[in-house]
Amino acid sequence: MSESLGSGPVRRPQTTLRHRLAELRGPASAPHPLDARALAALAANPGCRRRALLDGAGVDKAALASALGAPSGFGQSQFAFMRGNAFEAKVKADGGAELMRLLGVAEPEDVRVPDLTAAGPQGRAARTALALREATGAGAWSLLDHPMLALEVAGPPAYLEPDAVVVHPDGRWTVVEIKSFPMIDGSADAAKVGAAARQAAVYVLALERVAAVTEGASVAHSVLLVCPKDFSNQPTGSVVDVRKQLSVTRRQLARLTRVEDIAAALPEGVSFDVEACSPEQLTASVEAVPHAYAPECLAACELAFHCRDRAREAGAVEALGRSVRGELGGLTTVGAVLAAARGEAGDPDDPAVAALRRAAALRAESLQEAAACR
Amino acid sequence: MSLISTLARLEAVESGRAQPLATVRHRHVAERPLVLVPLTTAGEAGAPLGALVGTDREEPRLLVVPQPRDRDLRFAFLADLAEAVLPYVEDFADDVEAAERSETDPETGKKVKVEVELCADAPQLVVPGRAGVEYVRLLGRSMRFRRTAEQDPETPFPAPPRVPLLGRWLTHYGERARVPGSSLLLAATDLLNRHWATGQSSLEDQHLGALLAWIDPPEGASGAEAALRAELGRDRDGQLLCPPAGPATDPAFDNRLLAPAVERYDRARHALASAEDGEAADERLGDLHRAEREIRRLVLTQLRPTWHAVWRALDLVRALPPGPRVADRWTRDRWSFTGHRDRVRAGEPPQPRRDDAVTAANKLAARESAQTQLEAQEALDDPLVMAGRRLTGEAFVGEVVEVTMAWSESKRPAPRPLLTVRTDDLPHLAEGVKAYRSLEGKPQTAQFVRYEDDGSLVLRVLDRMGRGREPAEGSVPEKGDRLVWTLFEHDQRVGPKLPDPEETPWTHGGPPRADATESPDPVTPEDLL
Repeated sequence: MSESLGSGPVRRPQTTLRHRLAELRGPASAPHPLDARALAALAANPGCRRRALLDGAGVDKAALASALGAPSGFGQSQFAFMRGNAFEAKVKADGGAELMRLLGVAEPEDVRVPDLTAAGPQGRAARTALALREATGAGAWSLLDHPMLALEVAGPPAYLEPDAVVVHPDGRWTVVEIKSFPMIDGSADAAKVGAAARQAAVYVLALERVAAVTEGASVAHSVLLVCPKDFSNQPTGSVVDVRKQLSVTRRQLARLTRVEDIAAALPEGVSFDVEACSPEQLTASVEAVPHAYAPECLAACELAFHCRDRAREAGAVEALGRSVRGELGGLTTVGAVLAAARGEAGDPDDPAVAALRRAAALRAESLQEAAACR
Repeated sequence: MSLISTLARLEAVESGRAQPLATVRHRHVAERPLVLVPLTTAGEAGAPLGALVGTDREEPRLLVVPQPRDRDLRFAFLADLAEAVLPYVEDFADDVEAAERSETDPETGKKVKVEVELCADAPQLVVPGRAGVEYVRLLGRSMRFRRTAEQDPETPFPAPPRVPLLGRWLTHYGERARVPGSSLLLAATDLLNRHWATGQSSLEDQHLGALLAWIDPPEGASGAEAALRAELGRDRDGQLLCPPAGPATDPAFDNRLLAPAVERYDRARHALASAEDGEAADERLGDLHRAEREIRRLVLTQLRPTWHAVWRALDLVRALPPGPRVADRWTRDRWSFTGHRDRVRAGEPPQPRRDDAVTAANKLAARESAQTQLEAQEALDDPLVMAGRRLTGEAFVGEVVEVTMAWSESKRPAPRPLLTVRTDDLPHLAEGVKAYRSLEGKPQTAQFVRYEDDGSLVLRVLDRMGRGREPAEGSVPEKGDRLVWTLFEHDQRVGPKLPDPEETPWTHGGPPRADATESPDPVTPEDLL
């Protein structure tokens, strides 16, 4: 994986893997596209094989979660959706005049806006690569509206669609991310900016692959974030440095276990075909791929409630938070920790066990003291 | 998270009920707080959808914006909110007591005591969660620069009279909420999380319904089951049984119920506008009222469960006895309230968009010292919190096994008794490290001298023993006393004073410019969402 990122499109015969993944997904269902948001979420939890495989196979995780009886609470309000679309349309109106103004281009009428329509994601990605090459050679400002980029993630390619990419006259490419959360007095919600930066980093990563085979091109490591200003509908821009997110995402995606390896380790008869399988079969299939649940998953993965159930059933301490695990040394289940704290199990010379026993004794002592005072 | 609270969480998992994290109440809860449950429109900044507000849990005031994208309806909502909040706030402004504050005399440069007013009590706002606190800030920011017709007759879209003032108060409350231990603006989830540990992660603890389910589960159900129902339970129409505590609404509610109702309202409004005669207009006005009533009903279904949950949270926290030092922190909140009251009365302009360098540095320093003070006070008030500090070696409990009198070697010998203390705790002591204990509410200092062969430790008491050669009665621990010693100080030392804003060095942007007045947010057709 690491060598395929940023070193040009290297293609290996993938028909067998693709075939295998289509089987897992169910031959009747179309693959669920992997977008940058999902990739960023995947990069945040690279140890989760379950998510890597399901995303790699393009399984509709929301439908799967519902079939498993633990539906996700995700959804977008149509108010937010309409607002987001209206704002993006406004930013890009008049051939992107407003957007180019935010980039500091004085005469936006000279900006080229190439046509990127083509059939299918592969076709659009090829068309985008061609348009990028032409724009770089032209030595003028170009605005690519909704280009299509391909990025190989743990095997099969994911097709990504940034809001826009701007090509500078000097051959530099800048990713533009349009979001509808407000920037109030020059600052926006840090969590939302962080999510946007991680998402943009995935686009930069994908663009770098195209840039590697395009003469005179380079990809800017800072992206333009466009948001509504204060309480108005007026766009305002802020340049966000994504170098950190870029290196984190690059490293995490490289760490992802290859989907082939995960698929190869599956037992016979595993299928995630929501149409054809019974809930019991689906549950067994999902169980066959190990998960790495942490509470952060709840905000990023459709299957999180299912995995949380499993983690809780197993008494895993990670269900209480990743940091909890660090304090408890080798003890990984709730039962083991409590038994060690009560002195029923565990090696007293283990520093984690000793600390637990002291903590339990101090806690009991203070609670008793407080009860006696009442 | 300390190991003791992790342990409490694990115990909660096992028992199916939240476990105590505190034995006393660490926040002030007013007798008559104002509860505010706001809802916002998804995807819009500062476009409120509705709110329940009031001091009487049985009779909340329902405010609803039937079409959140309409600026006039938004203004009407904010005007109503001002009418609900400001009289409550102003109730506290005139009941004052005399207090003293030391100020620097501008002529002599000496510190002098000045008689000032301090409000006897302060208004307290309670919102469901942290997002609610942020929303109060956002509402404050959206309102405080608005201009009323009286302030500026030229303004194209004047705000209702009291709206800018409400914006200033909400900004002040939002800002104060960032000071650790302050109680002017409280989030119900923070209140509960301070006092109980649930069997879920701190991320899940931000869900007020799930949190309450762990602390106060319905009969016969475990906390985990009840919390799951609160998080995910839906009725036959796919609506959450326990709607989110806001300000964001559930997308399923928006898409299936609210959006069609808003559409009906819009249609009724258009129909009314195009009515040609009085009779038709009357009829269509009736349609409009029905459409509006329906939206109000829908918004109320989302607000009411949260409203009751916030009051339930207050009940639970009130049942705990208050920590002795909570009143001290509330006095600081009263000072904060009084200070802002004075600024408003003096006709000062609204809080700026960005603080100048000196104000910002002062705020940060104040928050830092409030944080250390809060940590020290909570530990001194609560043995369970102290247990956490004992575990980390920052405090210890020991029995005095021997008291040896000794004196300092100066011309006027002062008492410096040596205490031999036996403890099972493992404090981080080294020669010269100071330890403090609370003596009649004031800290008494001792210095660590050495470990004895049997592991007990020797401390030299340094102060609070009076002026004479013999220590004052009761000021030296006696044999057999069991005492709590902390290695952290009980009071905060005040840091170095920052220069006045007028003296801001050029490295920090120089003095604030007198001509830079904050202009209101421009109101353009773009403003219409």
